Amino acid sequence: MSKFKLITDGLVKNNPTFVLLLGMCPTLATTTSAINGLSMGLATLFVLVLSNIAISAIAPVVPDKVHIPVYIVVIATFVTLLQLLMQAYTPAIYETLGLFIPLIVVNCIVLGRAEAFANKHGVGESALDGIGVGLGFTCSLTVLGLVREILGSGSAFGWNFIGGHDGMLAFVMAPGAFLCLGYLMVLFNKFLKKN
Amino acid sequence: MEYFLIIISAIFVNNIVLAQFLGICPFLGVSNKLSTASGMSMAVCFVITLATLVTYLINQYLLIPLGITYLQTIAFILVIAALVQMVEIVLKKVSPSLYQALGIFLPLITTNCAVLGVAINVVTKEFSFAGGALNLGQALVYAFATSLGYGLAMVIFAGIREHLALNNVPKAFKGVPIAIISVGILALAFMGFSGMVK
Repeated sequence: MSKFKLITDGLVKNNPTFVLLLGMCPTLATTTSAINGLSMGLATLFVLVLSNIAISAIAPVVPDKVHIPVYIVVIATFVTLLQLLMQAYTPAIYETLGLFIPLIVVNCIVLGRAEAFANKHGVGESALDGIGVGLGFTCSLTVLGLVREILGSGSAFGWNFIGGHDGMLAFVMAPGAFLCLGYLMVLFNKFLKKN
Repeated sequence: MEYFLIIISAIFVNNIVLAQFLGICPFLGVSNKLSTASGMSMAVCFVITLATLVTYLINQYLLIPLGITYLQTIAFILVIAALVQMVEIVLKKVSPSLYQALGIFLPLITTNCAVLGVAINVVTKEFSFAGGALNLGQALVYAFATSLGYGLAMVIFAGIREHLALNNVPKAFKGVPIAIISVGILALAFMGFSGMVK
């Protein structure tokens, strides 16, 4: 039960986007469509789980003074790994997400979970925490991407439902990202957040 | 002319916060007051320009000759982290008053994705106005102008936020949501600049 809770916590109570407000840059920049949001979420999930596992394993032997640089190197290593894997197997997605794949290094979610959770807990729990928070991030990004795709280009997951018309282009561009995220946060506060 | 295009493009057309979505966390975090916002902008401006200079040289004279450009991400983040530490130590000795002014903002900059973002952009992206990758002079101008754009967005937004704080908004909108919606409207205004520079 408690293991299950570790995962569900990341989805609603500790939702990285709507509650903790972490990792805003990729959230806004890569959610031009549901697919893009989903891929960015999964890419972050990959790095988050691996770095949580590695950091929880090495945390006891890392001297306190240099722990931040050590963590950053660990995270950067997994990000480089992800970059090489994506270049090899999903070059199209790598091309679309562009700059924001290397920028996972400075995504505060990853370092945040390392500091707040992984260095105090065991390997198994940290992996579950990584999965939970990663899934929370993926869900938020997919929802935001879906909303923007529906409003901005009249399609959902690439399936166009308004025929030959154009959507409201502004929602695919920068202002739409901020507006949609803002209003989604309002809805989240209103209906999902307890107290 | 070419430098002029770079500057206009980096400050207004491709504003780092409002069009490229870099450095959003500190943008939302410290824009409550005009004074902290301008302090943070100054610190970012300083570090982005310096970091771009160092990472550009490292990429050009170390990573490319050795054929290890895939280590870019690791190398750059380490350089930036070390640089921020060094700037902190040097400033403390050389100019205590500036150090006092920048204060707590300096250590925060390591995890500001604007710094790493600009450093990576400069060495990988093809710029249409430069006909390809940037040379060192262009890279420095681009980095400096980009950080000026960051400062501009930050100061405007802090001004808006100081007024927002005085207004009574619905409970669910309080705090960050209303701030993000205002940034959206600000971004809409900045979209008016697009098309000025191709």
